[in-house]
Amino acid sequence: MTVMYEILSKEALNPTVVRISVHAPRIARKAEPGQFVILRAKEQSERIPLTVADYDREAGSVAVIYQIVGAGTMELNTLDTGDCLHDLVGPLGTPTHTEGLKKVCIVGGGVGCAIAYPIAKKLHSLGCAVHSVVGFRSRDLVILEDEFRAVSEELRLMTDDGSYGEKGLVTNALEKLIQTGNQYDQVIAIGPLIMMKFVCKVTEKYGVKTVVSMNPIMIDGTGMCGGCRLTVGGETKFACVDGPDFDGHLVDFDEAMARGAMYRDFEQHAREEACRLFQKEAESNA
Amino acid sequence: MPDMNPKKTPMPAQAPEVRNKNFSEVALGYTRDMAVGEARRCLSCKNKPCVSACPVRIDIPAFVERVAHEDFEGAYEVLSRSTSLPAVCGRVCPQESQCEGKCVRGIKGEPVGIGRLERFVADWHRAQKTAPAAKPAPNGHRVAVIGAGPSGLTCAGDLAKLGYAVTVFEALHLPGGVLSYGIPEFRLPKQIVQEEIDGLRALGVEIECNTVVGKTLTVDELFEMGYEALFIGSGAGLPRFMGIPGESLKGVYSANEYLTRINLMKAYLPGSATPIKHSRRVAVVGGGNVAMDAARCAKRLGAEEVFIVYRRGLEEMPARREEVEHAQEEGIVFHTLCNPVEVLGDENGNVCGMRCVRMALGEPDESGRRRPVVQEGSDFVLDVDTMIMSIGTSPNPLIRSTTPGLEADRRGCLIVRDESGLTTREGVYAGGDAVTGAATVILAMGAGKNAAQAIDEYIRQKG
Repeated sequence: MTVMYEILSKEALNPTVVRISVHAPRIARKAEPGQFVILRAKEQSERIPLTVADYDREAGSVAVIYQIVGAGTMELNTLDTGDCLHDLVGPLGTPTHTEGLKKVCIVGGGVGCAIAYPIAKKLHSLGCAVHSVVGFRSRDLVILEDEFRAVSEELRLMTDDGSYGEKGLVTNALEKLIQTGNQYDQVIAIGPLIMMKFVCKVTEKYGVKTVVSMNPIMIDGTGMCGGCRLTVGGETKFACVDGPDFDGHLVDFDEAMARGAMYRDFEQHAREEACRLFQKEAESNA
Repeated sequence: MPDMNPKKTPMPAQAPEVRNKNFSEVALGYTRDMAVGEARRCLSCKNKPCVSACPVRIDIPAFVERVAHEDFEGAYEVLSRSTSLPAVCGRVCPQESQCEGKCVRGIKGEPVGIGRLERFVADWHRAQKTAPAAKPAPNGHRVAVIGAGPSGLTCAGDLAKLGYAVTVFEALHLPGGVLSYGIPEFRLPKQIVQEEIDGLRALGVEIECNTVVGKTLTVDELFEMGYEALFIGSGAGLPRFMGIPGESLKGVYSANEYLTRINLMKAYLPGSATPIKHSRRVAVVGGGNVAMDAARCAKRLGAEEVFIVYRRGLEEMPARREEVEHAQEEGIVFHTLCNPVEVLGDENGNVCGMRCVRMALGEPDESGRRRPVVQEGSDFVLDVDTMIMSIGTSPNPLIRSTTPGLEADRRGCLIVRDESGLTTREGVYAGGDAVTGAATVILAMGAGKNAAQAIDEYIRQKG
């Protein structure tokens, strides 16, 4: 049986964030919120881990949302509906724990909202009261607003520049919600490392358990390379198999941020190369 | 009359100063004349000690004799009776502790170069472009193999030859297991691995990559899909770290990660999409083949100095002797009786040194090797910007943790009843590193072979 990971649909959520739905019946049958897949766009592409944004078990499809940030995602973005990914493997990692929660605040930052949304949806379907705090740099980067609204009792939409929703950081809104008497069983924070770090600082003050979803550099996603290791509560953990969810109050964020920047120069260079290449292609096609 | 020259015919190789700057194969292989000459050194002993030391029991004197008579295809036929990957084994087997270690010629002089002859015969056969073996008639039974590494591929090949419809499920995007992600191009060209896999496909073996058993599918689901028996050859892929301070600094790699970036993801090629650190001074911790591979890769990527740091002595090193010699020739510096105690980092979290202690050898431990003991006050700092941990791997828990009734020992190795590889679950067989912990390609192949035979008997008994 040859498996073809065909792109069934492709949609831009904002100028740099794209959602694709891919034919992958085996993955669709198993995937749960919080898990991830690894894909390769083409035969020589790097392996890119992306969290499962949605799945349709009947249709046999899984959706991922990616932000066009580097050479790898630029290359991925050259594929369109009807094209096939070269490789797709998953679902990997441990699903987000959603059982038995009565009231949860979901905090999503930027493209992290893509990962936070299926968790909010699942919690809502389980009868949990969901409050959502989602943050973006500005109005044109807002994604999944209607989707969050549909599954949240409370929704706070924040922008850094105040061009939409409230002006401010997600941590401001979260702290206000806690101060006004909301007692959460758990806060689930997904977004840039720096955001998750500061969300944890806020919740630590109020003693609210906080789960964060980590997405370090990794290769295989099955525990083999050890590149995704993190220090959690003084112990080394592999995000791919032990996570990606961890107790945010135990994660060493500073170390995770340093490790995440390991290949910054390479990535920068690869991005510039890719830009040049795509520019050339566009010119020759024009 | 055998040729009584006490020395092996030397293996032509790229010069050390040339090869430590490229990823092309180091050993170039015997010419026809060299092979025939070397084969004539064999005494054709009656009791064949070499055969008893071969994990897959190749009839070594028989194939060597055919080489001596220039019947290379005949020699290949003898090899293929026992091994499905001769081009691989001729290159990566630790011959000195197996066949060649028992060779009578080795008592006074050097043993017959059995590995080199095996490689010659396999390469000769590959160059002949013979028509692929005919697909055997199907027997109507289906078997699933988990893991497309040496044990899984061997098991799959043997079962396919018996007419089974075999599907191999592989977690990575390429088959080959350690042959693809671990052993570098300069020691085992990937073209050879590809050809061996093409050969299996020609036999009818299906390989489904991107399938993680334990995640994408479970063992129970494979039975539901109609496979009558399973072979687990999922290897020992989990890297160990030392648990010393500084292991999370940027520039500390597991050998698995380092080699996977280089071999599987081709990070050594210009324009590769996958990055690798181009280091200045590298310490590789460990003394096995994987450590040698990592060190030699680092050198080829342009490092000025590469160190092997090993806590026992050169004698105790588990690596193949040839790999140690090749590494030394290529300028790798060996710090034996030396053990790291801390990785040092700069203000940006990058590795900037490694604090080590000197060791001395004490009493033998349970492995029979003398136990290294720390010499107090012997601390010193090795100036390095990269550290590669190559201190062993253990089996991945993904399958055993999702398969009820499949038992493992405390090291995480699957428990098997006997040589057949039968696990604690009916119809589920296992072999290779998943059972033994990290070992060799040839032992894994031997286990795959035994399991194929046992699976055939099991399915035929069921009727």
